Parts: sequence; structure tokens; C-alpha cells
Amino acid sequence: MAAHLSYGKVNLNILREAARKELREFLDKCAGSKAIVWDEYLTGPFGLIAQYSLLKEHEVEKMFTLKSGRLPSADVKNIIFFVRPRLELMDIIAENVFRCDKAHSSRDFHILFVPRRSILCEQRLRDHSAVLQMKHLLYECYLENDQTSLYHTAKGLMTLQALYGTIPQIYGKGECARHVANMMLRMKREFAGTQNQILPVFDTLLLLDRNVDLLTPLATQLTYEGLIDEIYGITNGYVKLPPEKFAQKKQGEASKDLPTEPKKLQLNSAEELYAEIRDKNFNAVGAALSKKAKIISAAFEERHNAKTVGEIKQFVSQLPHMQAARSSLANHTSIAELIKDITTSEAFFDNLTVEQEFMTGVETDKVNTYIEDSIAQKDPLIKILRLVCMQSVCNNGLKQKVLDYYKREILQTYGYEHILTLNNLEKAGLLKPQTSSRNNYPTIRKTLKLWMEDANEQNPNDISYVYSGYAPLSIRLTQVLARPGWRSIEEVLKMLPGPHFEERQQLPAGLHKKRQQGENRTTLVFFLGGVTYAEIAALRFLSQMEDSGMEYIIATTKLINGTTWIKSLMDRPESQTP
Amino acid sequence: MMKSRTDEEEFWHSTKCKPFTFDDDDDGFSKLKESKQAVNNIRPLVDEEEDEDDVEKVSWSGEPVGSISWSVRETAASSQRTDRESTFPKTSTDPPTRSLSGYSLSSLFKGKTKGGNFQAFTDSLSDSSVRLYAPELRKPKSDYKDAVSDLSPEETVQRMLQGKVVSLEKFRSLQDKMCLLDVSVSAHDGNVITAVLIYLKRTLSKDVLFRELESRQTALRHFIHYLTETRDQRLLLELLRALGRTEDMALLQYKEHLRIADENKRRDFLKSCLSLPFSAEDSGHVQDHYTLLERQIIIEATDRQAERGGKVEIFQKFPRRASILNMPLVTTLYYCCFYHYTESEGTYSSPLNIRQTFKISKKQYFVTALAARAKLKAWSDVDALFTSRNWLGFTRKKSPLSFQRVVDILQKNSAPTQVLQEYVALVDDSDLRISLAQKLKCHDIVINMYRDLKDRQLLLGYLKKMERGSVEERKINELLNNSQIRWKN
Repeated sequence: MAAHLSYGKVNLNILREAARKELREFLDKCAGSKAIVWDEYLTGPFGLIAQYSLLKEHEVEKMFTLKSGRLPSADVKNIIFFVRPRLELMDIIAENVFRCDKAHSSRDFHILFVPRRSILCEQRLRDHSAVLQMKHLLYECYLENDQTSLYHTAKGLMTLQALYGTIPQIYGKGECARHVANMMLRMKREFAGTQNQILPVFDTLLLLDRNVDLLTPLATQLTYEGLIDEIYGITNGYVKLPPEKFAQKKQGEASKDLPTEPKKLQLNSAEELYAEIRDKNFNAVGAALSKKAKIISAAFEERHNAKTVGEIKQFVSQLPHMQAARSSLANHTSIAELIKDITTSEAFFDNLTVEQEFMTGVETDKVNTYIEDSIAQKDPLIKILRLVCMQSVCNNGLKQKVLDYYKREILQTYGYEHILTLNNLEKAGLLKPQTSSRNNYPTIRKTLKLWMEDANEQNPNDISYVYSGYAPLSIRLTQVLARPGWRSIEEVLKMLPGPHFEERQQLPAGLHKKRQQGENRTTLVFFLGGVTYAEIAALRFLSQMEDSGMEYIIATTKLINGTTWIKSLMDRPESQTP
Repeated sequence: MMKSRTDEEEFWHSTKCKPFTFDDDDDGFSKLKESKQAVNNIRPLVDEEEDEDDVEKVSWSGEPVGSISWSVRETAASSQRTDRESTFPKTSTDPPTRSLSGYSLSSLFKGKTKGGNFQAFTDSLSDSSVRLYAPELRKPKSDYKDAVSDLSPEETVQRMLQGKVVSLEKFRSLQDKMCLLDVSVSAHDGNVITAVLIYLKRTLSKDVLFRELESRQTALRHFIHYLTETRDQRLLLELLRALGRTEDMALLQYKEHLRIADENKRRDFLKSCLSLPFSAEDSGHVQDHYTLLERQIIIEATDRQAERGGKVEIFQKFPRRASILNMPLVTTLYYCCFYHYTESEGTYSSPLNIRQTFKISKKQYFVTALAARAKLKAWSDVDALFTSRNWLGFTRKKSPLSFQRVVDILQKNSAPTQVLQEYVALVDDSDLRISLAQKLKCHDIVINMYRDLKDRQLLLGYLKKMERGSVEERKINELLNNSQIRWKN
């Protein structure tokens, strides 16, 4: 089932098994029949480690989602709440318990907190990278300034080291990265007595603070998977799509009623075709799909050549696989059509043009007409904020006059209460007035080659293909670290926020790796505060490059895109959340 | 949901039971021993097997993952239950390496009827992690023989990190308390820091606490976070004021308006915000916010009456869909351009007055007025917006935004072709002009442009798209037959 986790150098099934074991142990402690009440947010991550069958084996008879009011009736001995430790959820649980039928007086209630330090790995676990569940990390660290999530990250990394061996080298950039590294080193000292005897899987850990690269998440991702996320949003490996293009048309039958429920699809590398195209630039997806279509029809044509009973048998045995491939192809063709409708629209093109102007440093110090017009048209506020923040980041802050103008237009058009949101964005450094007259973004761009003219979308030779020209800063830092090393970019590192550092962890004698000739080194890249699908694609691209000599495993606190990211920084007016 | 401490305390005092029944490895309570005995005596009668563990000892905790679990038991008023309430998790049954973090909350539910003192209950639950380290809530001091009372701050924090129960009460002097805080900060675990802060909040005067926190930034951040999460608005405001973070304080105060539903109260609240120490820039915005709502209240009252009276034509023809209260400024301007366009500048609802008062940019005003008048199909108003006279008295059309955008807005409001044509003709770029004209079926423009280009082929091609017997068809045919034109192809 999860065979795709065992591929590659790092067997992520170990992590999954550890989590499953823990879940089983927990369930067995509540003797008797059980009903689980889920915090909806957790069903995804739990689905990664346990199917319903596993739960059933442990006497879980019913499952509900957590809602206020009365619990649905269930004749079970135990009611278990699986929730995140959030205050608002506690209120709901209290209500549930209070309003519970008094007839079941012998019933036991349990609450299981699945905190952010959970090793239940989110969706990326499937796909060669691990996500330690943590929402809103940036929000907490830069706005509310609670560093608890960093502590959990450090803890998570200790767990990882317990399973995969001590990581000898730690690099990092950014304030949060420094904190996490400090905590890890401290925790290690505290466990000084027990030596980890596992042969290290990772050679290097790279901690990257999202704060170091604020630009990348603001840009529109242009990989297939990135665009699916930008447009429809991927949650826990699932995407909900408009159903029209998925309607099954039977021959000779006029399509009666179109389905109205959104089509829900699972996306992961277990699906051969998806694994092949997810990281491609969208402009290369069409060709890949049609190539696949030819292969599949050729395979179906084979039946005409099957003459002997043996040949026919052979053909039939392959049918299920071929059917699956065909339906996979149909699904992705439909998705690609949906996305194409959007990417070929004028609005998408205009927006992208402005983004690229900003990233290449064109007129970033003036009020941008497109942004102005978009405000006048009342385009979604998040879109506006993404663009304004991008302009600010690419100009190392906006001229006071320009900033004031944007703010005024935004407040007048979207409501004065957004003063609070604008303030948050300023605190996070996404929006700021220019303090020094020197804009250092061009230097950063040139040194790190953040903009590549004529990026090759079809047969990429550089990571910049994921944004059709823009090479994500975070991944450039990763690339340069591997070769030729950060020493070559000292100057630029100083311009980016937060300290950069290198630490070494002593390995017990005998655990030093004896590297085979040509064997790749492995780096665990941990993004503190979230990572985008396009960045992941870029890292996977680096892993696959023949001469890179480096394999990357990705871990993060959260998968983000510009929209979800800005949303997490917005002030959520409480009047809207009763 | 403002939580008041007195409510909470009242709850704890009024319920006879002990809110939490948990203990450390070693129990020193005499009461506990009694109840334990009682339980042991009852047990054989009820159940032969030792299966009571599930009640309190649900623990999916600790290393290496570290999650905390709670076990809540619904209580029935049976004697058995009452006894069980006082049982304690037996650490001996847990693997020693695991931290024990399962607690029975049964006592919480005891004697509670639906809805009764619900508030206090939810508070107590949501504060759960807190109580873990707040033993003074559990037992009167005299009852409590602390078996671990001689722990150093380091040891105390260490135990808290492992999820064990400790008493903080022995840290009495300010110096001890601050030492404890510093040790907890250096451990980096937010839960521990918060727990210590809650203890300090309870046992120190605000002034002292604020003063001490000022020099401890990490602890301070956690404290602010904690106050924000628990919505202790009052204390948070005091803290920010004491720290001199006046702008943050002002914004926080301002944010409160979102919770006020009644528009008059909201307006009054915004008015009270005007004197807060905002940054100069925000101060202007808040002033505008107040002025806007004040106006909206007046406009809303007047218009509602006019609509009900049934005498004002525009409200009859275009009934208002929603109230204008709390809408953004530009929406309000649109509304006024729609219903109050011709009013003199003296009234509150006059678009010109609104433009003046709020210093709306020329472009923004123009777009809004254009959209509103186009929606009403008031084409003469639309026309007037563009008209400017030069010093010779000639009129010509000028616009602060591109004519392409103008066409776009008009078309979205389904303007007829004659109107569109007029503005398409004003688009500067000829390629853009022709593609717009084709898209919007402004045939005259297309035909004239092809004629000017002397492009016979294009004209012939366009002829095929025209309806039989239409004016356009005739016009093209006339042009094609015109021998005066020197076609280039």
C-alpha cells in the first residue's frame, strides 16, 4: 500500500511504523468498544498512518467529526476525542460531554491531544519528505512571538535522529533556525549518557527560516502540482475539483444531470503518472500527457496481436493495470484542462507579468497601475496583498509615499479594519517602508542568479523552471551550500535576515560512514515556517541532477502557498468567528 | 468571552470536589490513602479483574513523540464512581520512561446539570495545561505535604518538561520566582514557561511582574501570547501600556470594535478610540473609520425611511439589497453615486462630499462613479464624467484611466453598442482598438479602420461576418465599389 515510502535512500516507513505503534498502544489502553470523535483537521494526517481497518481491529466502531451540540448516538464504552490542543475545540468537547445521554452513565471519555510536536507526518511523508505538523509557525514566531513551535520542531528533529541516527553537520540561516539548532544541541547534551548507535542516514541538516526568503511563497507556482495547489488548494494529499470535466458520458446517452458535488482526488506518487508530471512546469505537462496517451492506446491495441490462448491470457492479466493507467490519464487530462482554462486567461497572464516585472526589478519603486486597477475592480484582497508585499520585498521596502498610497486604497476599498492585517504584514517584514536608500535586492538577485532568462520549461537544466524564470532563493541557498559552499556568498548571506551558522555533532566511533565511490550524500532540508510545492519540486530536481551528488529529503512545518500564507498572517476578525 | 477570575474561583470553591485528582509517584495525602483503601475494598465486589486502569491512565504521551492525553470520565452519582474519583494513576503500571499525563476529570462533571456554570467549566478545561502545574488549586495548602518540596528550580523545570506534577508554591520570594522563570526560559519549552508565568501572574502584583518581564523578552513574549490566547484583554492592555508599547495597545483596543454588533455602540466605541496613541498614519485611518460609520448610520436611517415611504422613485425601481452599515468606504461611495448622485455638496450622502471628506483619489472616484452610473444606464451622466472643455470652449473626452478600462467597465454593465463604440474609438493603441471593436461588434470602427488602411482583403473578410441586408453590409459594399479608394491589395 505505502510501498512508495520505502523507495529511495531514506525509508520513511520507519517513521510511519513508529507512529502506528504508538496509536495502537493508545487504543488498546481504552478497553472495550470505542467511538472516535475527530477534530476534522486531524483526519488527514491520521489517514497517513492508519487506515480504518487498523482502527477497526482495535474495536473502533464509530467515527464522528467534532461538532458542537449533541454527539450522535453510539452504543460504545469509550468515546475518544482526537483533537489538536486548541482552546476553541475544548469548548466544543465540553458541550459534547455535557449534553451526552445520561443513559450511558458507564461511558468513558478520553481526550487525545495531538499536538504540533506530533510525528504524524503530513502528506509529504508519502512523497519523500516529512512534514511535522505545525500550523501558522510564522504567525506565532513573528507576530505572537511564542516559540513553542520551535521547541516542538527541535523535539521532532531529536525523534528523527533517534530513528535515523545523529546528523553530523548542521547548517542554518535565520533567527528561528539558530534557535532550533541551539535547542537541539542542548537536548543532546541532556541525553549525553545515551549514545545513539544507529548508522547515520543523513550527512547534513539544513535549517532554513522562512523569514530568510519571503519572496518565493508570494510568487505564483508554475509546476503542475504547484498550480493545482494555487488554484484549488491541496489538503493532506487531497484536492477538491469542480465536477463538470469529470462527468462520465455514456455513449448515446445525453448527460442528464451534471454532478454537483466537487470531485475529490487523491494525489501522490503511488500514482505512476502523477509522480511523472507533478514537478513539471505546467507548459510541459500537455506533451507528457499526450505521450502517455499514445503508450496506453498502443497497449490496448496489443489485443489484436494476441493470437494464442497464452497471449490472450497474458493480455488479460495486464488489463487491470492498463485500466488504472487509463483512468489516471483521464483524471489528469481533466485537471490539466481546468488549469489551462485559467493559465491562458488574460487575468492570469497580467498577474504573472507584474510578478515577473517585480522579480526582475522593473519599476518596483512606483505605484503599479495593475495593482491600482485590481484594487479598483475589488479583486480579492489576498491577491492585492500578495502583489504589494512582493513589490515591497523586491524593492527592500517601499517608498513611504507609495506605501501610504497602497494602504489608503486598500483600507478605503476593503474596509478600515484591515489596519490590523497591514500591521501584521509589517511586523512580519513583508511590508515595510524603505529605510535605507540602498535597495540590495538586485545584488542578491544577481549573486544568487535568481532570475534566469529563457528558462527551459520542457527540459529543465536549472531550478528556475519551477517559476518559469525565477529560481527560488531558499533552494539556491541549498544548492550553493552543497557546491561551492556558503563561503562563496558571505556578502549576500549578510544581507539576508538572521544569522547563518554551522555546527558539528560528534558521532560515536565506528559510526562514521565509509562512503562508496560515487555514492550520494544526503541532506535533510528543514523549512521552518513552511514550504511551497514548487520549492519541493526544485529540490527534487536537484536530487535528480546527475552531477549534483546530493540527495535531498524535505521536512517542514507546513505546506504553504502565497494565499494560505498571507491568510495565516491576516487578522481574523473575531466578529466572523462566532 | 472575557474570563473573570472571580467566576472561576467561585466555581472551584463552590464545588466540593477537588478539581483534579492526580498525583506524583509518591502520594502523601491521608485522604488519598483512605479512598484508595475504599476502592480496593470495593473492587473485588464489582469486578474481579484489575481493569480499572483505563480510567485514568490513558497516556499516549511522552517520548519520543510527546503528546499529552487526557481521560475524562463521565460521572454518575453512584458510590462506586465517587470512590473512583479519588483514585490516582498508578505510576508503577506505566513504563518508567514514559511521562504520565493522564488525568481523571471525573470530578469536574460531578453534580453538574446541563448548562449550569458552563462558562466556568469550559474555562477550567481550556486552562488544563495550566492546572497541571498549579497545585494550589487542588488542595488547601495545609493538606498538601509536598514530597518534592526541596527541588531546585532546575529540577523543578526538568520535572515539568517530563510532564510530571510539581508544586511551584515553594518559590515564594521574588528572587526565587525570577530564578525559576529564567530556568524555564532557558529550557525553551513554551508549555513550561507559560505554566510558570501563570503562577507568577497569580502570585505577584502586576507592577512587579510587568517590571520584571521588561528585562526578560522571551518570557514577555510568551506572556503576551498567553494573554492573547486567553483573551485577557484588560491585563494585556495594561501590560502594553506599562511597557510603553502604546501603538500596539491602541491597535489592540481598536480591534475590540469588531465584537460590537450594534452600530451605535460601535460608533461610540470608535469615537473613544480617537484619543488612543496610534501612529500618525493609523490615527487618520481610525478617524476616517469613525466618520464613515457615523455617516452610514445617518444615511441608512434616512434611506430606510425613504424606501418605506414609497415616494422616492429610485428606491422603488431599485430596492436596496442590503444595509450600507459597516460597508467599506468605496462601497459606500458607490451606493451614494447610485442613489444620491445629484445631491448638492452640502449633504452627507453626496458623492462629492464623500470624495472631499475622505480624500478619495481621482481615479478611484472616477471608476466608482462610472460603474454606478453605468449600472443605472444613465449614459448622459457617464458622458458628462469625461467631458472637459478647453479654453476655446471645445469639449473633448478625458479620462484618468485608460479607455480600455473604461470600455471594460461599461461592457460589464451591459452598455449598448452605440455607447461602447464611442469609447472604443478613443482607445489609443490601434491594434487594441481594432481587437476590442471586433470583440464588442463595433462594426463601424472596424470598417472605418480597414478603409483607412486601404485593406480590401480584410474588408472582404469582414463582410462575410455581417448579417445579410444589414446596414454594415451595405456600407462595406459601398466602400468596395468606391472607385476613388486606392486599395493596397
